[in-house]
Amino acid sequence: MSSLAYTRFELRRTFRSRRLLAFTFGFPLILYFVLAAPNQNEHNFNGSGISIPLYYMVGLVAFGAMTALISSGARIALERTDGWTRQLRITPLKPSAYFRAKVVTGYAIAGATIVVLYASGISLGVSLGAGRWLEMTGLILVALVPFAALGIFLGHVLTADSLGPAVGGLTSLLALVSGTWFPLGSHGFLYDIAQFLPSYWLVRASHVSLGGHAWTAGGWIVVAAWTLVLAVLARYAYLRDTARV
Amino acid sequence: MRSRRSRGIVAGMQTEHTIGVELRGAAKSYRTAGSVVRAVRGIDVSIDRGETVALLGPNGAGKSTTVDMVLGLISPDAGTVSLLGAPPRKTVAAGLVGAMLQTGALIRDVTVRELVAMMAALHPHPLGVNEALDLAGLADIADRRTHKLSGGQAQRVRFAAAVVPDPAILILDEPTVGMDVEARRAFWQSVRAFAARGKTVIFATHYLEEADAYADRAILMSHGRVVADGPTSEIRARVGTRTIRATLPEVDATELAALPGVNAADRRGEAIVLICADSDAAIRALLDTHPDVHGIEIASAGLEDAFIELTADPGDDTSAAAEPQEVLA
Repeated sequence: MSSLAYTRFELRRTFRSRRLLAFTFGFPLILYFVLAAPNQNEHNFNGSGISIPLYYMVGLVAFGAMTALISSGARIALERTDGWTRQLRITPLKPSAYFRAKVVTGYAIAGATIVVLYASGISLGVSLGAGRWLEMTGLILVALVPFAALGIFLGHVLTADSLGPAVGGLTSLLALVSGTWFPLGSHGFLYDIAQFLPSYWLVRASHVSLGGHAWTAGGWIVVAAWTLVLAVLARYAYLRDTARV
Repeated sequence: MRSRRSRGIVAGMQTEHTIGVELRGAAKSYRTAGSVVRAVRGIDVSIDRGETVALLGPNGAGKSTTVDMVLGLISPDAGTVSLLGAPPRKTVAAGLVGAMLQTGALIRDVTVRELVAMMAALHPHPLGVNEALDLAGLADIADRRTHKLSGGQAQRVRFAAAVVPDPAILILDEPTVGMDVEARRAFWQSVRAFAARGKTVIFATHYLEEADAYADRAILMSHGRVVADGPTSEIRARVGTRTIRATLPEVDATELAALPGVNAADRRGEAIVLICADSDAAIRALLDTHPDVHGIEIASAGLEDAFIELTADPGDDTSAAAEPQEVLA
């Protein structure tokens, strides 16, 4: 009961913050049209076999949704600074319910980002069968799980001052090495790194258009492993933080 | 599931325990760069249900650390803390505790009413949201966003959030900091109205006047210890005094303490410090008995001075004031 109330509160609060929404949706949207619109008819982006509108649609969904999940958790750093988390600790609200509210909010923003970019993609001629759309969306939602844990971890190790640069820098770097801006092919230095990152598999969701499975077994293992590691780290950071004061 | 269990605890706590808050030998130290700060050095306090108690002391006395222990935000290194007979976290989880902490900003992007309503929703048996808003004097600004409030208004929102759970125990940590005189009076009226419902109210303050006017009882803390605990009138008599400082070598402090009008005496090297209930009588007696006394200063003791004087016990360093700063706000 109470955890639902807090999630509702958090959602309402977040979707009311115009600045946050403008940057969260606006940034990937503008980038999408800048990158994809001029090359709307390119159907084999760098030999990947994927069209440019589809490739960048998923690439920017990956970037936007990953940023949404990480930021939602990382904003805990602000609430720690403001003393809000201390206030919540003297209510019956369980910490798990507080984190759930953060993750649900992150997913809600990610979901909205997905809708906005899918619509933009369709407007540039992206066309997939219903099953492909569903499979792609499912893979994206799964690949976002480790970033939810990463956000909560960062929320307990960052300060209000370091939050912006840390989240901005990290997401930019992950986007770059994971192939958001250009296909990485299937060998080479960047590819060797990327295949061990959950963000690469997020971007890889666009491979559904090639037929067959977009992810290899390795993809599932990488995503699961990162989820586990980051969840353990997040838990450790939370316990350390609450033990201190 | 949780709420059913909570109600069980609530019922038990409501009926069985006449003691609201109890600390036994509670102690807490912090390690800061290279040194250990003993914020609270083992205190015994027992507060009955329905009492309004002021936790009084200068900055660094250990008030906030005590409040944090009572709320279960930190665990004592030694000793025990219980609220309504249970560990703080249990009592908090049952929704029986409300608190106004000393913290920065309120959470943003919500209205006053939404914030209070959310707090109500987190608790098993809250007051009505409107009732809490009225109690805190927020009815007029209920639809305003929390980041567009003045300091005094923000404090009232914190108060509303603390009382809307309808807690059995309300804890206020320096609640009137940043309020002007008028706001302060209005605030204490609200607190009084809430306390009148049979609630246990504990507030930390360094304003003696607030303790005097609004508490039944004051607990005086200094350097992590309870140095006095009693009805506010008694405490006031002890600290609302004057001090005489003078140079007077080679006279025993206990001899000086026996002079008329003197409550306590202390020696600081060549100097003496007398805490006086009646400084007129004391100075006459002092000049009569020790004509060689010189360098005399008589001052009305500020609260901080009074605390320092009261706590300069012989087992400690000769001067409590010489000790390092003790607490973190």
